[in-house]
Amino acid sequence: MLGQIAYALPFLAEGFAVTLWVSLLVVVLSLVVGVVMGVGLVYGPAPLRWVVRIFSDTIRGIPILVLIFFVYYGLPAVGLRLESFWAAVLALTLFKTAQVIEYLRGAVGSIPKGQSEAAMAIGLTFRQRLTYVIFPQAFRRFLPPWINGVTDAVKGSALVSLLGITDLMQAINQVIGRTYEAMPLYILGALVYFAVNYALSLASRRLERRFSFIRE
Amino acid sequence: MSNASHANPALLDVSDVSKAFGSVVVLRSVSLKVTRGEVVTIIGPSGSGKTTLLRCVNFLESYDSGSIRIDGKEVGYREAGTRQRRSERDLATMRAETGMVFQSFNLFPHLTAAGNIMLGLRKVRGKSSAEARAIAEHWLGRVGLAHKADSLPAELSGGQQQRVGIARAVAMEPKILLLDEITSALDPELVGEVLEVVRSLAEDGMTMLMVTHEMAFARDASSRIVFMADGGISAVGPPAEILAAGFENERLRSFLARFRASHF
Repeated sequence: MLGQIAYALPFLAEGFAVTLWVSLLVVVLSLVVGVVMGVGLVYGPAPLRWVVRIFSDTIRGIPILVLIFFVYYGLPAVGLRLESFWAAVLALTLFKTAQVIEYLRGAVGSIPKGQSEAAMAIGLTFRQRLTYVIFPQAFRRFLPPWINGVTDAVKGSALVSLLGITDLMQAINQVIGRTYEAMPLYILGALVYFAVNYALSLASRRLERRFSFIRE
Repeated sequence: MSNASHANPALLDVSDVSKAFGSVVVLRSVSLKVTRGEVVTIIGPSGSGKTTLLRCVNFLESYDSGSIRIDGKEVGYREAGTRQRRSERDLATMRAETGMVFQSFNLFPHLTAAGNIMLGLRKVRGKSSAEARAIAEHWLGRVGLAHKADSLPAELSGGQQQRVGIARAVAMEPKILLLDEITSALDPELVGEVLEVVRSLAEDGMTMLMVTHEMAFARDASSRIVFMADGGISAVGPPAEILAAGFENERLRSFLARFRASHF
């Protein structure tokens, strides 16, 4: 049995690499887009705020699985035909973006208004106020829910196996299909996911402690 | 308003400014001139529009009509007549010409005392880190906090925080300093150290417009006192005249009477 698992390891490693690649793409893209849209939600003019609000509420109200199938099987109807890999990445990114928008809104909203005003009063532009005054303070509140969201993204990436993409989950299933040894392989898979996410939470805790000197 | 301003052009020229929040009128055609080196104090009951007027001067608040000029330049709008706001960059440049000190200090909690002062010098004035640090240390020395340069705001007392707030504002070399009830959030025993700093700035010729409830300080430090009521300027004059009992302004008399009753 162990011999079979050892034999399957290189194959599982390839799947794991896909899992990490999907997770990384989703986390980075959703961070960039989500922060921009979140800033729009907090500071933008009314029409922009509405668009972001509707986007976020709609996406967060749909199960991820439905979103994945919608992007892959539904969008070709309007002419957007994506490879299964990119369809999965797009769907997961949309989902994660909606969450990042909310984390950002919460974190920035917790900074007292006087901070922006003091920054305005010394002549900082909007971008400078965000960069030097608001974001450094909001970071500490943004980090814990965001890291939580990153671990969710790693776990949620297992759903891409449903589009036939050979990520860690799919690789495990394929090995099981050949060896009929479900239990040890699922335990191995669970341990790998756990190891990644536990490392992330440890890193998060360390970062939080580093920024805990910021008191209001 | 004041005839003296013909001889000496106004540094700050507030002209016929009105503002309403919905149906509540907060400023009623307010006009006020402040000349270079003057210290003008605004007093009045709460809700009379004092703070709103101050916040209009650096455009933290917009106004519905009228014009506010600093050194001849319209502050928030492109031209006096229009309600077309200046661009973000223009507004930032205009705001850097005025310094503001807040009731709740509003120091940046993630930066040290020196860092608070250096931020504007670096990013707005374009000074090098070393130059900015030197200026910050100079002003921290002026407000008696040279030894606290590397302390975070949370490690400072209220009075010390407010002195850093003043240093942060004046380090930018503003044309006019706006002080918004800067001692109202302080324990009584800390008020003196903050007012002492303001007094020394006044002696150096810093132009100031301040809102305060410290009547004794207003009397001693001001060139003129403005009394506001119901969003309008109800009386203006030298402190001795305004604070003298028996001034013919009924509202001012009752404000001062109530004020004395509650503060002494």
